[in-house]
Amino acid sequence: MLELTAVSLLNGVVYGLLLFMLTSGLTLIFSMMGVLNFAHASVFMLGAYFSFQFGRWIGFWPALVLAPLACGLIGAAIERYGLRHVHTKGHVAEILFTFGLAYLIEELVTMLWGRNAVASSVPESIDFPLFALFGTSFPAYKGLMMAISVTMFAFLFLALKRTRIGLIIQAALTHPQMAGALGHDVPGLFVLVFAVGSALAGLAGVIGGVMWLTQPTLAHFVGPIVFVVVVVGGLGSLSGALIASMFIGIVQTFAVAVDYSLLDLFRVLGIGVTRASPLYEFYAIKVATAAPIVPYLLLVLMLIVRPRGLLGTRDA
Amino acid sequence: MVRRARRMIWLALAGTLAAGPAAADVKIAFIDPLSGGAASTGILAQKTHQFYIDAINAAGGINGEKIQLLSFDNKVNPQESLIQLKKALDEGARFVVQGNGSSIALAITEAVQKHNERNPGKEVLFLNYAAVDPALTNEKCNFWHFRFDADADMKMAAMTDVIGKDPRIKAVYLINQDYSFGKAVAAAARKMLNEKRPDIKIVGDELHPLQKVQDFSPYVAKIKASGADTVITGNWSNDMVLLIKAGKDAGLKVGWQTYYGGSPGTVTAIGEAGVDTLKQVSEWHKNALPELDATVVAFDKRYPGKENEYAYWRARNMWEMFSLAAKKAQSNDPIKMGKALEGMKLQTALGDVEMRADNHQILQPLYVSTLSKGVKYDSEGSGLGWKSDAKVDGKATALPTTCKMERPA
Amino acid sequence: MKTGSALAAPPATFTAAQGNGAGRYRAWLATAVVLSVLPHVPGLNTDFGHSLLSQMGIAAVFALSFNVLLGQTGLLSFGHAVYFGLGGYAAIHFMRAINHGLPVPIALVPLAGAAAGLLFGILFGSVTTRRSGTIFALISLGVGELVYAATFMLPGYFGGEEGITANRTRAPELFGLNFGSQLQVYYVIASWALVAAMLMHAFIRTPLGRMCNAIRDNPERAEFIGYNTQHVRFFAFAVAGLFAGLAGGLHAINYEIVAADSVSALRSGTVLLMAYIGGVTHFAGPVVGAITLTWLQISLSDYTAAWLLYLGLFFMAIILFAPSGLAGLIVMHAAVVRTKAFRRLLAAYAIALVPAAVMGTGAVLLIEMSYRLSTHPELGAKMRLLWIAMDTATPWPWIVAVVLLVAGFVAFRMTWRRVAAAWDRAGDEARGGRFGGGDGSAR
Repeated sequence: MLELTAVSLLNGVVYGLLLFMLTSGLTLIFSMMGVLNFAHASVFMLGAYFSFQFGRWIGFWPALVLAPLACGLIGAAIERYGLRHVHTKGHVAEILFTFGLAYLIEELVTMLWGRNAVASSVPESIDFPLFALFGTSFPAYKGLMMAISVTMFAFLFLALKRTRIGLIIQAALTHPQMAGALGHDVPGLFVLVFAVGSALAGLAGVIGGVMWLTQPTLAHFVGPIVFVVVVVGGLGSLSGALIASMFIGIVQTFAVAVDYSLLDLFRVLGIGVTRASPLYEFYAIKVATAAPIVPYLLLVLMLIVRPRGLLGTRDA
Repeated sequence: MVRRARRMIWLALAGTLAAGPAAADVKIAFIDPLSGGAASTGILAQKTHQFYIDAINAAGGINGEKIQLLSFDNKVNPQESLIQLKKALDEGARFVVQGNGSSIALAITEAVQKHNERNPGKEVLFLNYAAVDPALTNEKCNFWHFRFDADADMKMAAMTDVIGKDPRIKAVYLINQDYSFGKAVAAAARKMLNEKRPDIKIVGDELHPLQKVQDFSPYVAKIKASGADTVITGNWSNDMVLLIKAGKDAGLKVGWQTYYGGSPGTVTAIGEAGVDTLKQVSEWHKNALPELDATVVAFDKRYPGKENEYAYWRARNMWEMFSLAAKKAQSNDPIKMGKALEGMKLQTALGDVEMRADNHQILQPLYVSTLSKGVKYDSEGSGLGWKSDAKVDGKATALPTTCKMERPA
Repeated sequence: MKTGSALAAPPATFTAAQGNGAGRYRAWLATAVVLSVLPHVPGLNTDFGHSLLSQMGIAAVFALSFNVLLGQTGLLSFGHAVYFGLGGYAAIHFMRAINHGLPVPIALVPLAGAAAGLLFGILFGSVTTRRSGTIFALISLGVGELVYAATFMLPGYFGGEEGITANRTRAPELFGLNFGSQLQVYYVIASWALVAAMLMHAFIRTPLGRMCNAIRDNPERAEFIGYNTQHVRFFAFAVAGLFAGLAGGLHAINYEIVAADSVSALRSGTVLLMAYIGGVTHFAGPVVGAITLTWLQISLSDYTAAWLLYLGLFFMAIILFAPSGLAGLIVMHAAVVRTKAFRRLLAAYAIALVPAAVMGTGAVLLIEMSYRLSTHPELGAKMRLLWIAMDTATPWPWIVAVVLLVAGFVAFRMTWRRVAAAWDRAGDEARGGRFGGGDGSAR
């Protein structure tokens, strides 16, 4: 029991940190520009593909640096040449633009790399067990991912709180018009934030591509969850994104291990429920089967009860 | 005026729409996943079928007509499959080939039955090369469906025979995909282990979502915690590869008893850790015969690359029987060919093969094999390859059936 | 801006009282006639054609229901497929009950779908419509994913991966029709589609429909005059759910199977594309979008593996350059078709068409060659596009493609200015002025 708990906790933390890497960028983008960026998960996927391709040409470690850079450039281009023209047409057009972009990126990836998952493999330098927890080994690449994620959080946090540009970005996160009125180049900031956010997604993609399979449908796996984290964590708050990612990562990982259902609860409480009872099928749902629903339930509840999220600084 | 525009659009479209199928070719529809999580197996299967069809066409086709393979992507989704099936039938296909996903096969066999009832004279045959839910040749059987792979129960019988003889196996964990096939594997495992080795404890019975899980480490943690020494799984395609990968990463030391351990990418994922632990039940493997079959060599030459390694021997049987049936029936009409296929016997390099007339289930030799070092032909360039543990003759794989099918006149 | 002037007229079909009663009835009658004749038109009188028309009909109803939310009430929903799918499930269970002896004709099955759509529209709508704008979009996304995940949790009702099937021929016959043939199914679908379209069109003209437009245009003001925007959104949501469920019921009849992907995010995305491409500001826009997209999905996929990419590019082009969709484009042109300047406009189009075609050819070449290399590398480097054979291993086809693309783009930008100028002239003339004065005002 203790073994399962400890291992599940560790796995949950790993998953949570990966989610955080992915969503930190989106939190910044969404908070600052109010744009529901559907293409964020697609940039994550691009990061995975770039790291595969660059890794093939020049090796994993240079790719770890170059792939996020490439994604950052792409993010800047999206904002500067695409979204900027759509800003004036209203929120609906913006959302639809990123929505169409997600479609496009998936197809472009298929066009360049095919429909099959690409043969990305864990690079040898990090393909060894780091340590063993209760007999289950913990691979080094997961450790690398955790290290990168934590470093990144620290770096972002410091950049936002301690640098001048961070200060301006914080202001623009909660009061964009005012920041603009004070003479700061808010559109330029938008490009910067979009670029940094996309670079972060690309970085997450490098690790995600190693952990998971790099295939054109990769974006579908993380897409919806990312929005859940951003909304639940709260707009304008990186710490909120961290807390929400960890929460969702841990809950989802633990849930798989729980095979109990309401039936078991009834049995303990002595309530007799048989197969003929009308809602039997509902009671028989195991927690493990119900796990996928939890994040979305949380999303809907949060949006109704507290739209600014857990630690948000302003309403969506 | 918008309505006028709308009408204009309708008429313009009508003018540009393709009228109907071209004559003379026999159109065969291939409806399998060509994108998404199961793309690797679907695309490989498509190439295999095309390869054999090209060979048939090069030898003159069937009854003088060439075969044209039309491919449709079903995305492992029964609704999408029926949409594509409709499209295929509308384009004139008279044969449907499908295999990846019993959920799909169940939908297709029912849809084909309905179509044939409603369109006498335009009947269609369903050639199932890989969907092994036993129901398809038992309670859901019909005349139009022919299965060219051993069903899940038959494979489990072979697997449990070998397990039964291994005294080291004491605790078994079942993990399968949450749909008809996965559930069938779990049920068969329970039943047959109970019959052959009642002392073996089943310490876990897990069903996970189909083609949706990217990270199996939580499941691996559960397997570890249960204390199992053997895992039985029917997982295929990405689900197999990712499960194995997570197991290897976590250093899980169990014996893997699989149906589809030969899924592209699995051997690479497990590597050395799979030697003597990864087993599979299949109708063929590279070292089943002392020499590689000529078609296998030709296929791997035409499609080089790890992801294109030949894997579908059942396709070879299927197309051989198909062209024989056309010859026997002297016609490409599906009903006549169906009747010719029933009861057909074939002698192959691996042994005798027979298509049962009572439930349209093929009887073919089955191999239980283990991943080993030092074999003649390795898989996926890993230096490791499959070695036979046991072989079951075609006839011995037969199981009783509950099929009662109505035959056309 | 000059080019925008022709678009300044407000969308005519939604808010204004349109024409006289007799004109409207004539239009609907004409539509009914066209719908009955369509499956017998040569080219469409095959099984393939009947299937195509049936699918277009289902998609049209679905897209129209979506537009009740987006075009009429300004609510962008990413989870509309939920009501379509749940309606479909209800309908297929109803059909199963009919298979087991319930004496109801198949033609009434869509009512079950509509009822379920309404029920769930009310149920989820009470929660979803508390907010509007981006939050509403997010909630709808959450509800959509929630319901999709839930369908796998209750396999008894939703059938798990296999879905639920039924048989449309095992039912009491209506006028001797057993609905086995696709043609009969088409007529059922077409009839229901016509009824649904008429009802939704009528809805626009009800006080509730007008209030939906009001809260779309200016929610604050609507509140000032005493209407609770949340209640209006809720009613609109319920109505949209009802018609989406109806479409789901039609789907159940057509395919005789309903599975989890009826409630998936992909289907929600598809209907969004349909409605937007067709044009959300016009009543018939979603129908145009549904027809176009269905045709693309079914026919274009036969010709090229890259059809989804073309669809994506098409969608982006609509967002960037024609936000009122295809229907908007048609109406825009209809407004100027009678002017003398129209001929100059056509001439300008013809001139701009050449570089556009060049650019398009270059792009298509690049895309098709890349797709061929990545998805079918084993087929070798030599391929043929239409009637041109090329060897993708050599640099020449690539260079040619890039040159065509770039040159076409540059030339297109130059000729497009002519088109813009011609539009200004045509627009001015349509509004009653002569060749628009220097300041552009034609009042």
